[in-house]
Amino acid sequence: MIAEIGQLALILAFMLGLVQSVAPLLGAHRGDSVLMSLGRSSALLQMVFVALAFAALATAYVTMDFSVELVAKHSHTTQPLPYRFSASWGSHEGSMLLWVLILALHGGAIAFFGRSLRETLQARVLAVQGMLSVAFIGFSLFTSNPFSRLSPVPLDGTELNPLLQDPGLVMHPPLLYLGYVGFSVAFSFAVAALIEGRVDAAWARWVRPWVLSAWISLTIGIALGSWWAYYELGWGGWWFWDPVENASLMPWLVGTALLHSAMVLEKRGALISWTILLAILTFSLSMIGTFLVRSGVLTSVHAFAVDPERGFYILVFILIATGAALALYAWRAPAMRSGALFSPISREAGITLNNLFLLAATATVFLGTFYPVFIDVLNGEKISVGPPYYAITFIPLFVPLLVLVGFGPMLTWKRDTARAVLRRLRWPIAVTAVVAGAGLLVFGLAKVGAALAIALGVWLIAAAFMLLARRWGLGRKGAETGRLIRTTPLAFWAVAVAHAGLGVGTIGVAAMSAWTDSEVATMVPGQTIEFAGHRITMDALGPATGPNYQAEQARFRVEERGQPFLMVSEKRFYPSSQTQTTEAGIRREVMGNLYISVGESATPGAATVRLWWHPLVEWIWGGAMIMAFGGVLSLSDRRLRLAMPTRKPVPVEAAEVAG
Amino acid sequence: MRRFVLGLFCALLIAGPAAAVLPEEQLTDPVLEARAREISRELRCVVCQNQSIDDSDAPLAADLRTIVRERLSAGDTNEEVMAYIVARYGSFVLLKPPLDMQTILLWCAPLLVLIPGGLVVALYLRRRGQVAAAESIPLTDEERRTLAAILKTGDAP
Amino acid sequence: MRRLAFILPVVLFLMVAAALGLGLRRDPSILPSMLIDRSIPTFDLPGVVPGDTLGLASSDFTGKPVLLNVFASWCVACVIEHPMLLRLQAQGVTIHGLDWKDEPAAGAEWLAQRGNPYTLIGSDPRGRTGIDFGVTGAPETFVIDGSGRVRYRHVGPITPEVWAETLQPMLARLETET
Repeated sequence: MIAEIGQLALILAFMLGLVQSVAPLLGAHRGDSVLMSLGRSSALLQMVFVALAFAALATAYVTMDFSVELVAKHSHTTQPLPYRFSASWGSHEGSMLLWVLILALHGGAIAFFGRSLRETLQARVLAVQGMLSVAFIGFSLFTSNPFSRLSPVPLDGTELNPLLQDPGLVMHPPLLYLGYVGFSVAFSFAVAALIEGRVDAAWARWVRPWVLSAWISLTIGIALGSWWAYYELGWGGWWFWDPVENASLMPWLVGTALLHSAMVLEKRGALISWTILLAILTFSLSMIGTFLVRSGVLTSVHAFAVDPERGFYILVFILIATGAALALYAWRAPAMRSGALFSPISREAGITLNNLFLLAATATVFLGTFYPVFIDVLNGEKISVGPPYYAITFIPLFVPLLVLVGFGPMLTWKRDTARAVLRRLRWPIAVTAVVAGAGLLVFGLAKVGAALAIALGVWLIAAAFMLLARRWGLGRKGAETGRLIRTTPLAFWAVAVAHAGLGVGTIGVAAMSAWTDSEVATMVPGQTIEFAGHRITMDALGPATGPNYQAEQARFRVEERGQPFLMVSEKRFYPSSQTQTTEAGIRREVMGNLYISVGESATPGAATVRLWWHPLVEWIWGGAMIMAFGGVLSLSDRRLRLAMPTRKPVPVEAAEVAG
Repeated sequence: MRRFVLGLFCALLIAGPAAAVLPEEQLTDPVLEARAREISRELRCVVCQNQSIDDSDAPLAADLRTIVRERLSAGDTNEEVMAYIVARYGSFVLLKPPLDMQTILLWCAPLLVLIPGGLVVALYLRRRGQVAAAESIPLTDEERRTLAAILKTGDAP
Repeated sequence: MRRLAFILPVVLFLMVAAALGLGLRRDPSILPSMLIDRSIPTFDLPGVVPGDTLGLASSDFTGKPVLLNVFASWCVACVIEHPMLLRLQAQGVTIHGLDWKDEPAAGAEWLAQRGNPYTLIGSDPRGRTGIDFGVTGAPETFVIDGSGRVRYRHVGPITPEVWAETLQPMLARLETET
């Protein structure tokens, strides 16, 4: 019954989407307010119905209604409740419905919060958003219906893939989708602006919070995925340049460029066509990502579905959506010129360069991911592109980019001089030089890359702190530092925090690349091994059980400078799905993680024990979370959110650099 | 004792991160073992999803790891070992794609964006800069009124 | 000139979309064998079944086109494929077997239980010969012509469709060549 309700709700949402696609567009063209308001109401109603449909699916999962085919495939009577719920998006069909839900929620939000927008603009945005909805709900209904029934009803289901039965992975898809789909708002706004033929500061002011929130979600989602892979997959890797991982990285890179470009557009009215193009590209990359995961065009451990037919549908839709948007861009964008002027050394110029590097990095990832397909199509040859390629192409691009990031916020708008900005940054430059020098001295040429990378991270943190220091008037005579600290706008904090987070992450990556240590040994209970300053003794090796698995568990007593602690690692077997996973034991210490992973051994009564020392690995995700927090700070700054048409003029101090 | 510990420490440093390599697989010569690990990291496990044979637990990966070590012990250079495996499994097994006429686009990707893009940006900035360096022109009365209206309502009239 | 810059994105995109569309028809997981149109590697393997003194060697692949089937006692899909192989043997197709990464005793036991469709069988417990053939798993079947050259590799079990549509016509064609 509930599944039928869900099915009906989805069909109604589809029809509402059709209304939403056509009515407001017509209304905006004719200036008909009634039609335009129809766009708003259909968006809100569509949101309600999609939410109903999703709730229906989730209920079917939680109540273990095995007559619904999806539930039978991804749930089990012994499956714990949180994972019964999260299984709602643990499949191709379910995750598609989640995508549709988030799309509908954003559409509803534009309808609800967008009352201060120009009516025609809001109407056109809703129309584009409606078209996206129609396409994706249509995809769901016609090719990937989540509500199909199974007859006869099985007694029990095949459980959710055990790898997915994990708290980290519960949040990973929703956060990623909030990111991917959140960028649809920017896309809709860009297309609407192209149709209207104008872009102004109000447009940018409206779009920025949406881009920001999508960016924040995507940052956290990617970090979560990486963190999950680290502790779940059993060998301590945190990024594999897998096609699906790349599919999430590309929108993030371009989304970051979009974020900064929109900032320039809002503040100075410049980079109009850049911003529009980036808005189109970001969501297009999101859609290409979803195409990649579901079409089977590339093999990946992540692939949700290997279905060229479904892939074809998505590709056709991307062709229409992105193709039309880019064609519109080619036609209309040349006329949308901004008069804003800026010199080659200015914040606008810095951000333009920043965009260039980010796009180059994205092109690298894009080509690396899709080249095997291109070559296969061209002459049937199979090549593969793995981590070594990215190490040579992607990483060298990031070095100049990270240097630039330190300079960016220190540059003034419109016009600046090299000498002035270098002078402002003299302390961070000095600190970085000292750190780089010390690193080279201590570690020598063998680790020159890592030493410089750490210096780069320090540069970013120092530059971020310098930003705040200048604002607070530190070292300036007569500065009321206390008051300046208290009145520092959140958006200002945001820049410093986000860029510092980038620095923290860089240091983590550098440490992991250069100073990872490892050992592998066959151990029996009672045996001790010395590793990375720890004494590790295997206390016990024996069977263990969980709610839906059996395991071979090894318990270790680890001593480091006197204090002993327990670490456990096990190899689990899930009888329902006949899969095996390895759960590693991880101990988080100040300077890094101790990571233990057990495997089978040919010797009876023994286990193959793999030990790793991962220096500063948590800084990678910590850095990402700090970046995301910076984004949240920016989002919380009420000055920059839309419904603020009147602003009290804020006296600008001559020395204030950023704002 | 100290020399043993030092030797072990050095061996660990040279050996680098152990992934799926079993203790019984490792070569006794640390230099050869290091080369084996380096080569293994650049060879794809063809039955796994996106792992090198160094990382993979698959039996075929273990076989290939052993073969790499056998060839190295027989005196092959790194390139010869890779060629041995490529002769049997194809270029697909190389995680670092070869540099040839087909893949030139791939390898030049960053430059392909940076160089033309850089030129465009440079020209764009120069054009903008030239005008920005000029004197700013004072607002006309009409523009002043528009400005006032914008500040009041947040939108152009 | 400026116009050109604005048209570039849509042009590039259309090219990419076309490539991806064509890519949908390809299967990225199929790896073509490196041995196609090349001679089989040299090998000489002992037998599997006790009392088999012949084994399987590369010199056995002359005269007429044959199939070489890679199997193992631990291979689940081989069980599915096995009745098909017995049917082909009854039809007169010569199939040689490569017992890959398998203890000879286990392989012999498996064949004793299910029947032996092979003319000659080689035991490859360490899998070296398999690697020389570029084998990635079991079952795999190679089509080898009368002069000892590999003409085709099929990955996975031989189904009636695979036989009727691919392997049988190929063998028939190769017969006429020699």
